[in-house]
Amino acid sequence: MNDTPLLRVEQLTKHFPIRGGLFLRTVGHVHAVDDVSFEVRRGETLGLVGESGCGKSTVGKALLRLHEPTAGSVFFEGEDITQMDRKRLRSLRRDIQIIFQDPFESLNARHTVGKILAEPFVIHKVGTPEERQQRVAHLLERVGLDPSAANRFPHEFSGGQRQRIGIARAIALEPKLIVCDEAVSALDVSVQSQVINLLLDLQREMNLALIFIAHDLAVVKHISDRVAVMYLGEIVETEDAQQIYDAPKHPYTQALLSAIPIPDPTASRDRVILSGDVPSPITPPTGCRFHTRCAYATSVCINQKPARERIEVGASIACHHWEQISTDKSALPENVA
Amino acid sequence: MPLLSIEDLAISFETDEGVVDVIDEVNIDLEEGETLGVVGESGCGKSVTALAVMGLLPKPAGRITGGAIRFQGHDLTQLTSEELSRVRGDQIAMIFQEPMTALNPVHRVGKQLGESYRLHHPEASQAEIRQESLRLMDHVGIPAAERRLDEYPHQLSGGMRQRVMIAMALSSTPRILIADEPTTALDVTIQAQILELLRDLQAEHGMSIIFITHDLGVIAELASRVVVMYAGRVAEEASVETLFGSPLHPYTKGLLSSIPRLESESKSVLPTIPGVVPSISELPVGCRFSNRCEFAQDQCSISKPTLEQVSEGRNVSCLRWRELDQNVAVSA
Repeated sequence: MNDTPLLRVEQLTKHFPIRGGLFLRTVGHVHAVDDVSFEVRRGETLGLVGESGCGKSTVGKALLRLHEPTAGSVFFEGEDITQMDRKRLRSLRRDIQIIFQDPFESLNARHTVGKILAEPFVIHKVGTPEERQQRVAHLLERVGLDPSAANRFPHEFSGGQRQRIGIARAIALEPKLIVCDEAVSALDVSVQSQVINLLLDLQREMNLALIFIAHDLAVVKHISDRVAVMYLGEIVETEDAQQIYDAPKHPYTQALLSAIPIPDPTASRDRVILSGDVPSPITPPTGCRFHTRCAYATSVCINQKPARERIEVGASIACHHWEQISTDKSALPENVA
Repeated sequence: MPLLSIEDLAISFETDEGVVDVIDEVNIDLEEGETLGVVGESGCGKSVTALAVMGLLPKPAGRITGGAIRFQGHDLTQLTSEELSRVRGDQIAMIFQEPMTALNPVHRVGKQLGESYRLHHPEASQAEIRQESLRLMDHVGIPAAERRLDEYPHQLSGGMRQRVMIAMALSSTPRILIADEPTTALDVTIQAQILELLRDLQAEHGMSIIFITHDLGVIAELASRVVVMYAGRVAEEASVETLFGSPLHPYTKGLLSSIPRLESESKSVLPTIPGVVPSISELPVGCRFSNRCEFAQDQCSISKPTLEQVSEGRNVSCLRWRELDQNVAVSA
């Protein structure tokens, strides 16, 4: 087993121009993703969490160049995706796939499920028509659907079943990495657990790496090996999944975790309630972007962007005061926020 | 006597596939000053029940075909729409998941809030309305209320819009607030703010809240009593501690064990409920959960269970709850 990560993202940045005025000139930028770096190893799940507008979905799409990155590099097995030409990019789709929240929107309503699932084989010229049919039947079985589903249309299936079809299509070419963008968020609780189990099964069988983007922190915790927390376009903390829930270091991670409603009425709660809303990504705050809502913010937080400190392998944090916050809060200077 | 009492409610909808019984024999009591959580998955009928209380069933497709909704000596299902709108406006208010669809996008926030206040206080002067609006905005924790009153709904964040809706609902000082997934579209940190606000408001005004959600975490946080619905029927009803501590209905048990929890082991296999929620046009005969229930026997797909009282304030609708409860007790 080699130690080089399957995916290495370096200083990925995506700004969307805002156009306005008579000639639709660029009048500003949405800083959707800024200077994001992380790694994903083979067979590993990296959870990407954060609130709406934090840029987690943009990261997922920029990896596959569904959004063209503004800056930064994405190395997949050592090769920079951002520098690939169209042809190379298309063949890369065999290795990296993406699944979205609503599979219905990404499944062609006028094609049978069989045709939808055979498409990847046709595009990548895999097998004869007969072989493709066999593969489709096998795929359906693998995701827990009856092979007869091949003759039906997407609208005949429930949301959970459609997500299974979406997953079947994503694994058709045996990819090495699947980006799951809110893949289970729209499902009912009783169906969601089935799909989570399916993803975990497939991951074990195929040594799949997953980037699991979601706003539901309990789901992310369940499925991930490591978790990266995003706030306003930046990663504030990356940590082992168990560790980050047991002992979150970044004040934002702490607040985010403490806000999760616990399905146990007897649980005691030590809640940090953040005041205010997430600031606009068009004019993000100076220094540490979280300083406007942080209980520990000091003048350095307003003026200086915190560097990303590597704590150990696969774990990093971007906060000026994380050490004092996790050890001795009294050593902190006066809060200025 | 309960403040609000839903008795044997039945609602049917006309669909392309014929008339379907969306709600069947639903019984729910709401006590003075309590927060009642109504939980269930999509299509379980939790929102339709709330709409029926408000007299807001989509017409002519939806129709109350049986039962009663009693509130202060009236059966709301028998009132004329004029009488109902008086009760609804003054005594029962409702907030929804997406406030943007409930707010008018072309009117300023202040105008809409002022209008709902004037509706309940027709004699109020302009100055009074403005002052009251400011007070309400302030009351629900909207900063810079003066400026916000002159803004349009799209200029507010989702959390702020929901606060405006709550302010509008409070303008009549209602006895009952029905909240239908009010935090589902919000981020978790904003959700925590809104839940905190609802708790504070209830402590202050003593109103009763019916909180409808699919999120068991939110139920555990906020509700004192819980009704679990499945496919248009009540599966189980209990105090929040009892329901989470010792659920009786196989559906409640399945639901509680299939949610991923922060304290559960990462990447472990989650217990699941097999199958999918049946569509309302294809409901199983007998117990509506029978086709997904691991304890179902022949009788379950033949005879319909009724809501039985287990103890005071605790009801369950399952033919086998007694033996299943005993089995659990023996094996434990």
